[in-house]
Amino acid sequence: MSGAPAARRPASRLPPTGTPLLVMRGITKSFPGVQALRGVDLDVHPGEVLALLGENGAGKSTLMKVLGGAHTADAGVLELDGLKVAFRSPQEARVAGIAVIHQEFNLVPGLTAAENIFLGQESTRAGFVPRGEERRRAAELFRRLGAAIDLDTPCSRLTTAQQQLVEIARALARDARIIVMDEPTAALTAAEVSRLFEIIRDLTARGIAVIYISHRLDEIFALADRVVVLRDGRNVGARSRAGLGRTELIEMMVGRTLAEEYPRRNITLGPPRLAVTGLCRGRAVRDVSFTVRAGEILALAGLVGAGRTETLRLIFGADTRHAGEIILDGCRLDIRSPRDAIAAGIGLLTEDRKLQGLVLGHSVRENFALPNLGRFARFGFVDGRLEREACGRHVETLRIKVPHQEEQARNLSGGNQQKVVLAKWLERDCEVLFFDEPTRGIDVGARHEIYLLMNALAARGKAIVMVSSELPELLGLADRIVVMHDGRITGEIINGPTVTQEEVMRLAMA
Amino acid sequence: MQSLLRRLASDYGMLAVLILLGVVFSVLTLQEQSATGDTAARRVAASIRRQVPGAARVLVAVRPTPEDGILAESLRREIVAAGMDVAAVVQGEPRDVRAALNKVVASGSRLDAVAATERTASWLVLSDIQEIFPTLGAPPIFVPETYRWPTFLKSDNLLNIANQIAVIAIMAIGMTMVIITGGIDLSVGSLAALSAVMATRLIREQCGGMEASTAGMVFACATAIAVCGLLGGLSGTLITLFGIPPFIVTLAMMLVASGLAYIASAGQSIYQIPESFVWLGRGTGLFGLPHAVVLMLLLYAAAHVLMAQTILGRYLYAVGGNREAARLSGVPVRRVLLVAYVACGLLAGLGGVIMASQLKSGSPTYGNMYELYVIAAVVVGGTALSGGEGKILGTLIGAFIIAVIQNGMNLTNIESYTQKVVLGLVILAAVLVDKVRHR
Repeated sequence: MSGAPAARRPASRLPPTGTPLLVMRGITKSFPGVQALRGVDLDVHPGEVLALLGENGAGKSTLMKVLGGAHTADAGVLELDGLKVAFRSPQEARVAGIAVIHQEFNLVPGLTAAENIFLGQESTRAGFVPRGEERRRAAELFRRLGAAIDLDTPCSRLTTAQQQLVEIARALARDARIIVMDEPTAALTAAEVSRLFEIIRDLTARGIAVIYISHRLDEIFALADRVVVLRDGRNVGARSRAGLGRTELIEMMVGRTLAEEYPRRNITLGPPRLAVTGLCRGRAVRDVSFTVRAGEILALAGLVGAGRTETLRLIFGADTRHAGEIILDGCRLDIRSPRDAIAAGIGLLTEDRKLQGLVLGHSVRENFALPNLGRFARFGFVDGRLEREACGRHVETLRIKVPHQEEQARNLSGGNQQKVVLAKWLERDCEVLFFDEPTRGIDVGARHEIYLLMNALAARGKAIVMVSSELPELLGLADRIVVMHDGRITGEIINGPTVTQEEVMRLAMA
Repeated sequence: MQSLLRRLASDYGMLAVLILLGVVFSVLTLQEQSATGDTAARRVAASIRRQVPGAARVLVAVRPTPEDGILAESLRREIVAAGMDVAAVVQGEPRDVRAALNKVVASGSRLDAVAATERTASWLVLSDIQEIFPTLGAPPIFVPETYRWPTFLKSDNLLNIANQIAVIAIMAIGMTMVIITGGIDLSVGSLAALSAVMATRLIREQCGGMEASTAGMVFACATAIAVCGLLGGLSGTLITLFGIPPFIVTLAMMLVASGLAYIASAGQSIYQIPESFVWLGRGTGLFGLPHAVVLMLLLYAAAHVLMAQTILGRYLYAVGGNREAARLSGVPVRRVLLVAYVACGLLAGLGGVIMASQLKSGSPTYGNMYELYVIAAVVVGGTALSGGEGKILGTLIGAFIIAVIQNGMNLTNIESYTQKVVLGLVILAAVLVDKVRHR
């Protein structure tokens, strides 16, 4: 869980000057129906940490894909060390010294950590891979990252956080001169984030430039030398981090002033609606009990692996309960599958919307309708008109940006995808909603909209439980915070202006 | 509107391939055809009357093929209707015609005209009739008009294509459902064999053999189909309950079912069934369409509605698209998968029954390798093996593409071993085209 910013970089360090290592000028790229980049300029100096910010859809990913050789720009120039370059494939970019660590991992699940690190760049001797040397180098990389990862475990069995570290090790193994990190800390613990920052500083001290993409403004302020903001495919400004204020930064990203980052709520809490007691599932969830009142936003806080997601899944019926009771509005629920939970009025927005929340190959409409087909059907036949109308209503209310309902879910930005997932449950008018990492990978503007939606739902008397790894978000939204550690509840905090992140962290690590 | 057209083109793009194949084979089989219908016969009779005034006796001479036989019958009817007399109808070889002409000469009666086909008219016995039978006068020879038309596009041929592919197409409906859920069913060919054997054996032993009543036959077929559905359900249960990959489960089922078919039939073909049993497989009815084809069309219409308009259809696509996301959205994944495999089993059983009806017997050798053609039809029709997408009507197009290619190759006299190679290559090409289009 991030939130506690690591120590800031010393102010005496001068901002990088001199010849830029990389210059991108006038980069333009469009796809069918969408103009992703409109003449973007960007330069990166050796040894600097450049933060690249922007709302989803602003063009950050596309720009980095052009840099990484995955896309070719329609127009514009790339210069490395003053020499014009054009990458026709990611491999060419890698050879030129540009490494991109994507938000979605590019690991082969069946191979071990060591094998993945050297995938594509094995130094072979007469066709044979020198296993011993690979392991030695991999062990060295992990040591520098402070990661205790078994070299022989297949990556599919590593945790998300561990996989992220393998990815970073992979980029480092390539001796890149520019490393692009796209939301690298989404699944790292605070300790791991600190170590990552140390590594980044170590790299920059050696002249390597790091382009850091993140929505976590605290991290940006802790780490970056300069900040570049993209909006609607354009570079709307480059600032040095010194002297840059948070509000100004948000304004640049969103193009308007955001009155407050976390909308305030004045809600009177009603009677208890959801009460869970004694939830157990092996070591993951151990005797968890809590209550949620009508209109309340309850936050489950804790480090990665504390059992927050597992608890939600248990209540939702996604995993089998070994013990425990679930009572909703006074009725004991016998939930054995998600179908039961949904029928009882509980909805779950999963942690990983792409793998568990959406069928990416299907359209927005089909995804929206999936748990709601019963409402649009008669005698088993789906009324297409009812479906389209309902979908259209939510597209409008939630402001989902799609050209039409038949657009494939995979083509939507993260924020819009999350809105589609939310629309699914809103249509069912769920009484209890679980939000698991609702704003992961979503930009500031869209986050604000989701916070407003959560508040609106609470105002209607729903019971909301949210899991988030971002302490500022928890403190900004929740009425009460239940902290978990290693499957158990370690404490409960009633949120207020005096509650600090440290307090929560202490309970999370107890 | 534009996006709708684009989506239709994307979903049913293989239709263009089918049409292209049709055009190619039409061009390749374009030749002179003899008219064989009543109209042609009438015109022959009319032109005989016109050109030979006072004509009274006509000899009809055709070859011993079924097509010519129909023509001969039509000619006889029309000639009599035109007020003339038919001296004889000869359906045979030149020597039969010679024999008939000798009889006419021997009986001393006249012969005013000969109605023949293009082919028979070229026989020496008729083309030199004046020299060989000088006493007959010189009866002119009349042949039906010819027209240029692709053999491929003759209605007989098209119906033949449809009839040939009906069994595979019907089985492909169930396979499409299974593949859309991301699975596969290799047992359909064996299930068809088992169904054919079961149905015929039940008729032979429980329902009265050659004397079986319609109710008895229906009962036997229904039982056979139901057993196949049960076996499909067994496959589905093993897949959903134990998480065994569908490939393995249905592979095992394929062997088991085939073995059972051989056991139940003692390795022999079972043929002691009434003649009326062929009603489904060989009978024709509505608009001259074979019953099997009508059944195929009805089933496809129903399946299309199921997949496109019902909740179950949506669930099938969702389970194939992202099983976990579907489960977390409340889709009863296990039940949906079970339905798909049961349906596949039932339709395979139905396929077997139709085959038994077509061939008036049940044999454990039926349906051999059918699963491959069925899967090919599904894949060529645009359904991805990874699941989550694909259209039922696309499978129908895919089945027809396979049938058209086989039929076309037959018509153009391509040797059967070569046909296999061509078919394999075409299936590859069709899928390649589909991939490229979707890039």
